[in-house]
Amino acid sequence: MTLLQDSPATRKPPGLLAATLVVLRKDLLIEWRTRARLNALVFFAISTLLLFSFALGANTTALRQHAAGYFWLAIIFASILSLSESFRIEGENHALEGLKLAAIDARAVFIGKALGNTVLLWGLGIVLAPLSIAVFDLKVKMSLWALFGIIGIGSMAISAAGTFYSAIASNARARDVLLPILLFPVLVPVIISSVGATALIFEGDPMGQMRSWTGMLGVLNVIYWALGLVLFPRITEDI
Amino acid sequence: MAEAAFQIADVSKRYGPRWALARLTFSLERGKSLLLTGHNGSGKSTLLKLLGTATAPTFGKLTLFGLDAVSDREAIRRRVALLSHASYLYEDLTAEQNLVVLGRLLGVADPPAAARAVIERVGMTKRADHAVRTFSAGMRKRIAIARLLLKKPDLALLDEPFGELDPEGIAVMEGFIRELRAGGTTVVLATHLIEQGQSLTDTRLHLAEGRTLEAA
Amino acid sequence: MPNWLANALLILPAGLLIAICFKRDLIEIGWKVMAVQAAIMLPVAAYLGLVWAPPEREMGDVYRIIYAHVPQVWMALLGVTLNFGCSLAYLMKKSWTADALAEASAEVGLYFGIVGVTLGAIWGKPTWGVYWTWDPRLTSAAVMLIYYTGYLAMRRFTENPDTRATWSAALGTFGIVIPVTVYFSVVWMKSLHQVQSTPKTVDPQMVFALRWAACAFLCLLITFTYQRYKVARAALAREVAPPEALSGPPPSSNDVAKVAV
Repeated sequence: MTLLQDSPATRKPPGLLAATLVVLRKDLLIEWRTRARLNALVFFAISTLLLFSFALGANTTALRQHAAGYFWLAIIFASILSLSESFRIEGENHALEGLKLAAIDARAVFIGKALGNTVLLWGLGIVLAPLSIAVFDLKVKMSLWALFGIIGIGSMAISAAGTFYSAIASNARARDVLLPILLFPVLVPVIISSVGATALIFEGDPMGQMRSWTGMLGVLNVIYWALGLVLFPRITEDI
Repeated sequence: MAEAAFQIADVSKRYGPRWALARLTFSLERGKSLLLTGHNGSGKSTLLKLLGTATAPTFGKLTLFGLDAVSDREAIRRRVALLSHASYLYEDLTAEQNLVVLGRLLGVADPPAAARAVIERVGMTKRADHAVRTFSAGMRKRIAIARLLLKKPDLALLDEPFGELDPEGIAVMEGFIRELRAGGTTVVLATHLIEQGQSLTDTRLHLAEGRTLEAA
Repeated sequence: MPNWLANALLILPAGLLIAICFKRDLIEIGWKVMAVQAAIMLPVAAYLGLVWAPPEREMGDVYRIIYAHVPQVWMALLGVTLNFGCSLAYLMKKSWTADALAEASAEVGLYFGIVGVTLGAIWGKPTWGVYWTWDPRLTSAAVMLIYYTGYLAMRRFTENPDTRATWSAALGTFGIVIPVTVYFSVVWMKSLHQVQSTPKTVDPQMVFALRWAACAFLCLLITFTYQRYKVARAALAREVAPPEALSGPPPSSNDVAKVAV
């Protein structure tokens, strides 16, 4: 056929990084084209945040004291929605299999999708942070940039583990229950450390604990991303 | 004897509790074309998925172009294209965006231009900027063919290519298959339209319950 | 009671495990030995814990539940760790033995975990006045049980044995994060609140009774796991049996040959 000028023999397939960028671009493009869903995600997180006040009673002191915890719980609940969505689109028309058969490195799919989810959660956190500060009447004792940084590395850890578990859960029956049951337990250390670090932003850090929390988040990121990179190709290939 | 496009040696494939293919042995020369027939559930789609490396054999050895289907699957995937029941399209992307993603992964020189060229070839230029979600089954089939054309495979695996197409679409599809064959591509065609299929292929393999009944 | 005797109790299970590594046939005798050892040691453990060991200085007799609670939580962690080992082994080399043993160890570990955590909650009531103290170790152990419930649920939801084995091996491998969390949760949470600490008066008799109980539950764990493994293996043998038309195992079917029970 003479339809396309190039021949498969002369094509230069993308490396790991380039393929990752293709996946990331594709995911962000889909998110942008369906931004109504993104809005719904933000409002879901906001409503979670507001509902805590009803669950606890309008006790301003108690709410302020635990605001960092509510903030992260809102993000983690919302992450369940965005993570399962991220693999629902891959399941439609077996699109993930299509990627696979285009000879893509499965690790590129993992990194690309996990980064896409990170961007989403990070964005959500940045929208949610000022709102939390306002409604819970918080004072930012450390810099706002530090807060955004912590939201960023926290989101990275959630996304790495979440992308792995969502890939499994989306293929199983009863996927909606399976994802939180599997994901929440492994996120416990992430919750402890991100809440710990975020609380210091609002309460100040006289004892210099920030480093150990951020260090722990860093280590967790290394572990989750490494496990995801090694295990993800196995769960998508060996079917 | 010419080089084999693929060799199936005693291959079995299990899906859950049932065997979709049981101890199948077959091979096809390069440049030849094969018609796969059999009832629903006879293992045609499974065989095509195995040849496309979408899934791996449970037992037995499968080689394509002399490469092992499990250990060398990445090299095989660059040379094989599967037109499956699933269109592999992202519903929320446009036809063109879907093809650009594929073009980038394949390393095509100018992905947007190549995508437009294949869309034009399947007669979908007018709808290139519409989301796949708005397409009918026949239109999805056309874009799926465009994916195959973009890949320019050495081995084309076509699973029910005439399904969901109108008479005009079927004629166009026949033209594509003849064109592929003329270009030297090995074609495996699974279809219920036996007469149509036979006019397009050299050999026939009939499957029943995952086993060969006749190969002529 | 001297400490060496407590350590000597472990010789039988440990020796048997090593012997089985060299001679597989011993396993059928071995599990029976373990069952007998468990049957003898458990009533004695009850006597040692309930009668023989001295009452605790502050809590009196209430503390005696630890002779059942602590060993069972240990066994749960051991089961989960075994599950991790089998999962990793499966990912390295596809083997139905590893898959069946992973299923068995997760289920038996889950059983010991449920009993252990429940006993911990019961202990909390007379000691601290509440069933649930939100002690980080207790809570994270409970979260661990949820994860392995999800693991077993995923296995039930997946019909294809190959897919099920790979996915659960991936889950079991990633799951090692959780026992590590249980272990470190106390350290991590300390910087936030003061951990409720158990007053420890380490009487040698108490140590001995606890070791005895731990060894008894270990024998029970081995017996349960092996029996559950045989069930899993039989179920797998049915699932992965070759089609009737396959006369004799196909060339590369090393896993079918091994599954034959």
